[in-house]
Amino acid sequence: MTYDLAIIGAGPAGMAAAIAAQGQGLVTIVIDEQPAPGGQIFRGIEGAAAQDRTLGADYAAGATIARNFRASGVEARFGTTLWHLEPDDEDGLCTLSLADAEGTDTLQARRVILATGAQERPVPIPGWQLPGVMTAGAAQIMLKTTGAVPAEPKRTVLAGQGPLLWLLAVQMLRAGAAPALILETRPADRIRENMGLATNAIAAGGAGMLWKGAKLLAEARLAIPIHRATTGLRAEGDQRLRHVAWDGGRFACDLLLLHEGVIPATHVPMAIGLEHAWDAAQRCWRPMTDERGATSHDRIAIAGDGGGIGGWEAAVASGRIVGLDQARRLGRIDEAGFGMAAAPAIAARRRALALRPFLDAVYAPGAAVLCPPDDATIACRCEEVTAGQVRAAARLGATGPNQVKAYLRCGMGACQGRLCGPTVAALIEETRGLPPGTAGLTRPRAPYKPITVGALAGLAE
Amino acid sequence: MFRAQSKAHQETIEVFVEGSAVRVPQGATAAAAVLIAGLFRIRETAVTGAPRLPYCMMGVCFDCLAEIDGVANRQSCMVPVTPGMRINVQHGARQTGAAG
Ligand code: FES
Repeated sequence: MTYDLAIIGAGPAGMAAAIAAQGQGLVTIVIDEQPAPGGQIFRGIEGAAAQDRTLGADYAAGATIARNFRASGVEARFGTTLWHLEPDDEDGLCTLSLADAEGTDTLQARRVILATGAQERPVPIPGWQLPGVMTAGAAQIMLKTTGAVPAEPKRTVLAGQGPLLWLLAVQMLRAGAAPALILETRPADRIRENMGLATNAIAAGGAGMLWKGAKLLAEARLAIPIHRATTGLRAEGDQRLRHVAWDGGRFACDLLLLHEGVIPATHVPMAIGLEHAWDAAQRCWRPMTDERGATSHDRIAIAGDGGGIGGWEAAVASGRIVGLDQARRLGRIDEAGFGMAAAPAIAARRRALALRPFLDAVYAPGAAVLCPPDDATIACRCEEVTAGQVRAAARLGATGPNQVKAYLRCGMGACQGRLCGPTVAALIEETRGLPPGTAGLTRPRAPYKPITVGALAGLAE
Repeated sequence: MFRAQSKAHQETIEVFVEGSAVRVPQGATAAAAVLIAGLFRIRETAVTGAPRLPYCMMGVCFDCLAEIDGVANRQSCMVPVTPGMRINVQHGARQTGAAG
């Protein structure tokens, strides 16, 4: 069956795009790996967590979006993985190769929106591979999908910086499982240095968000010990985490939750060869898009955080704009119709992004996060390649992650460079004296996720 | 490592982690079941055999690869639990791309 539009990802952007496109008469399908809509930010939103007041008002807002999505009647396939995308098939359409519990199949669509969202920025500190070191996002997913909290809060530490770190701290606190300690990595002067950006944000309508963040911080600070301007963070232990240490301190723990912000998940856009650019403000790679989500490929658009981090409210607005633009490109509405339909979303996105430059500047990851200084630190978790080995390969002549991959197998492990890609690129740039964002990322190959031999055999029949 | 908060309205499911019965809330993933069971490894790495536990819980890092109902290399943070599911530690076999 041929669809007008296939949307990959049923997070806030994917859901909003689907509702908008279907509303303009596009035959639309949404594909998501999770068993239900919500994406990472609203994981478990149709489950018991939606009733959980401790998760906060923003999370609860996701329930309305998911309900509207279900009510729209857009066709959706959950528990389904996109493992290959051919944007130029012989019919002049996009072919999507999918795998689910039943096996694999393909479908065709005239246009595709990638709404694959964000992932946590890797935080390659010494010892981050030890059992017991996880991302803050991982702990939040435990709360949302499982209603689970750290079993030993007194032996749980949060380390890093950014809005999500504070949100998680408060969610844990409200659930009666406040962490024993927060090691904040934000340098002391960052807020003062960026007061100009805060003023701009308020002028652009970001006062509400700023206030919400300040309240969250105050609530956490009242209840949880905080060590400011932490440097030299490392996880210690033999077979599992036993201590977290930093310049001037050490604390016994068996759960360490790291967070240095989120970055666009570039795996599928890189695999299909879309053009990417280094975002100097957000210190990450992102696919190049215009304000309507159009990419370097004519049939592929990107909506939401996958095109640059903006948060869920911006993602909803972006989804609507990008969804409507697909209707325009398929001739369902003209430019004037698009302008009218998209105007409220364009204004909403502007408001939702008002605070972003301030947040990007205040919570910019430190040099040691982007490029681990200690040679013994693991850069690639899958193939257990250290920072020192990547530096040695770069000295031997590797000019980018694809060459390092040939030397060291990093990027060839199961994650295909999803997690190590940015770190490997930064190590090469440092060693070769290149500016940030010049070494590029590994180009992943299909299958984007391991699929079983049995499923592949089923496809060949 | 984690504990499920007791909530009256939440259904639970029994699964087996390394052969031991564990009750986990409906909607949990196999990786979450391992964290609730309190194991300190879900897999051993292919290169040095080092123990690992899930890191990201969102399908990015692949440190949650486990054997589920007899099938190796399942990305356990993406697999919802089903009643009676058997989740076992994956011992170090190198596998990339396709899985069993
Ligand atoms: S825990 Fe990272 S992929 Fe499953």
